[in-house]
Amino acid sequence: MYRYDEFDRDFLSDRNREFRGQVERRLAGQLTEDEFKPLRLMNGLYLQLHAYMLRVAIPYGVLSTRQLRQLGMIARRWDKGFGHWTTRQNIQFNWVKLVDVPDILEALAEVDMHAIQTSGNCIRNVTADPFAGAAADEIEDPRIWAEILRQWSTNHPEFTFLPRKFKIAITGALEDRAAIAFHDIGIRIVGGPNGTFGFRIYVGGGQGRTPYVAQEIKDFLPPDQLLSYLEAMLRIYNLHGRRDNIYKARIKILVNAIGIDAYRTQVEEEWERIRGEEIDLPADEAARIRAHFAPPQLQPMPVGHAAFSKARAQDSGFDRWVRHNVLPHKNPDYAIVSIAFKEPGRPPGDATAEEMERVADAADRYSGGEVRVTYTQNLILPNVARADLADLYEDLKATGLVAGNTGLITDIIACPGLDYCNLANARSLPIAQDITERFAEPEKAEAIGELRLNISGCINACGHHHSGHIGILGVDKKGTEHYQITLGGSPGDDAAIGDIVGPSFPAEEVPDAIEKIVDTYLAQRRDEEGFLATYARVGADPFKEALYGTSR
Amino acid sequence: MPSVITANRLVDGIVVYLSENDNWLTDLTAARVAEDEAGLEKLNAIAGQAAADHIIVGPYPMAVDLDKGIPEPKSVRERIRAAHRPTITAVTEAR
Ligand code: SF4
Repeated sequence: MYRYDEFDRDFLSDRNREFRGQVERRLAGQLTEDEFKPLRLMNGLYLQLHAYMLRVAIPYGVLSTRQLRQLGMIARRWDKGFGHWTTRQNIQFNWVKLVDVPDILEALAEVDMHAIQTSGNCIRNVTADPFAGAAADEIEDPRIWAEILRQWSTNHPEFTFLPRKFKIAITGALEDRAAIAFHDIGIRIVGGPNGTFGFRIYVGGGQGRTPYVAQEIKDFLPPDQLLSYLEAMLRIYNLHGRRDNIYKARIKILVNAIGIDAYRTQVEEEWERIRGEEIDLPADEAARIRAHFAPPQLQPMPVGHAAFSKARAQDSGFDRWVRHNVLPHKNPDYAIVSIAFKEPGRPPGDATAEEMERVADAADRYSGGEVRVTYTQNLILPNVARADLADLYEDLKATGLVAGNTGLITDIIACPGLDYCNLANARSLPIAQDITERFAEPEKAEAIGELRLNISGCINACGHHHSGHIGILGVDKKGTEHYQITLGGSPGDDAAIGDIVGPSFPAEEVPDAIEKIVDTYLAQRRDEEGFLATYARVGADPFKEALYGTSR
Repeated sequence: MPSVITANRLVDGIVVYLSENDNWLTDLTAARVAEDEAGLEKLNAIAGQAAADHIIVGPYPMAVDLDKGIPEPKSVRERIRAAHRPTITAVTEAR
C-alpha cells in the first residue's frame, strides 16, 4: 500500500500542531464557535447529538493491520470501545471529547492517518473498489489512481473552497463495486487497444434531496491526462456552481441545469487551454506511486479439494459463508473474504476495539496484513489462500464475525440516523435491527437471494436509500418517525434511483411492509430472477397491492 | 409552554441543561423550567453568557412536559439526547 514520505508526514504534523493550537484557543475562549466550526470541520470533527464525532479518512478503503489496531486503540482509549464503518469507506468515532482530539489526531498520524477531507466543501476522500488489486475481473488497480487523486486534491488551493462537498469514486474492474454512478465524478477504468487502458468519466451523480445517476462525459481518457481533465471539470464547476443555495450547489444540479453536452463543451474548451500547463503527473511520478501497489507475491497454495468439500459438507455455517462471503480472486488459489458486520443485535457497521484487533490478527495471519473497508460497512480480507479458508472461518467464529450474509437482505446499509446524527428526521439503526431480526433465519435470507436494502435517517441519504433495491427513508410526520419505502434502486452497473412506492409507514409497521415486499417478489419471480429484474418486469403495482391493498 | 435550555458542553460535547445556580448538568430532571416568555428570556440570557464564557455550545430552548412533575422531553430527538445514548443496544453491550 501507499507509504507516506517525509513530505506527507511533515504536512500532517504541521497540520496537527496547528489544530492543537486552535483547540487550545477555543477551550480558552479566544475563538468563538462560529470561528472554530470551520476549522474543526476541516479536521473531520463534527458536533453531533450526544457528543463530538471524529470522522477519520481511510483513503480508498485501504487499511494496514497496524492502522486497524491503532483505530481499535483509539476506540478503547478515547471513545466507548467501538467505531462505525461509514458508507464512504471511513470510520467515525461517536463519543470523542474536544480536549482529546489533538491527541487522537497525533495517534492517527503515528500510523499515517488523519481526518482531513472528511468534511467541508472540499474534494472528499476518494473511494474505490474494495477488492482493488485482488478482484478476478480487474483491468487495472484503481488504488494507484485513487492515490494520485488524493495527492492532487489534498490542499489543492483552487479546490479547498468549492461550492459544496465533492465526491469521487473509481473502479478498475468490470463490475462496479464502488457505486461510481452516485458520485460527483465517477471513474471507470476501461480497456483500450493493445492491452492499454483508459478512463471513462461520469459526472453529476449523487443521492440526497435531488438524486441523479451520473452521466458519461468522456468515453475514453488516456491515463496520463486524468488530472488535467478533472481539473478542467472542477474549474468549470467552480465557476458556475451556485454558492448562494446549498441545495443547488452540487455539480449534479449544474450538469442537469445546463445539460451534459453544454457542460462537456465548456470542460473540453477549458481542458484544451490548460492541458499544457504541467497539471498531469509526469510518468516517473506515476511509476513511483504505482510501485507502492505492486501485487503481493502470492505463493501457489493449491487447496485440497476433498478436504475443502468435506469441511463444507460438515458445517452448514461454513458452507453458507463460503457461498456468500468468499469471492473470486485473480489468483485461483486465493479468495477475497468479506467479514460481515451485519447480524441480529449489531448496529450495521459498528465494530468494537477487540473486533478490530481480531480482524487485524486474522489479516496478518491469512491476508498479508491487508484489510479493506467497503461502503456497505463491512471489512474485506483481499488475499486469502483458499487452503486457509476453514482456519480463517474458525478464527472469525471465535470473534463472532462469521455471518454468511454478504449481499443478502440482512447486509443492510444504514446511516447512524437519529440515534446519533444532528440532521436526522428518524432513527435508522432500530429499523435495521428489526429487519435483520425478521430475516435472521439464514435459510430465509438465502432463499431470497441477493437483495440490497439501504436505510437513511433523512434526505441527505448517507444510508444510500435511493440506490437500494429496497430503500427506506426516515421522515418526520407531525413529530413522529415515519419511513418512506422506495423500490428498484441499484448502485451498480445498472444504476438506478428507486421509486417511492406509496405513503410512509410508522416504525412498527416497517418490518411487516418489508416482508410483504419480499413475499411479493418471491411470488412473482421467475426461476432465478433477481429482485430488480422482477420489479422491472411486473412493475410497482403488485407491491402496492401487497402494501396498501389497492393498486394506485 | 414550559421550556428548558439545552446545549452541548464545550470540552466534551455532552448534552447539558441549564440548572439551578447557572450550572449546566447532564440530568434533564434537574433543569430549570421557564413557565413563560419572560422566564425563558431570563434563561436565554444566562445561556448566551455561558456560550460567550466558553462553557457550552449552541444553546437552544426546548419544550418539556411537566405531567409527572419533572421536565420530560417532548420529541424523540430530545428523548434520545436526554438519555445520553442511542436507543439500540450498543455493539459493546450486545455480548
Ligand atoms: S442520512 Fe441524514 S440522518 Fe443519516 S447520517 Fe446522513 S445526515 Fe444523518
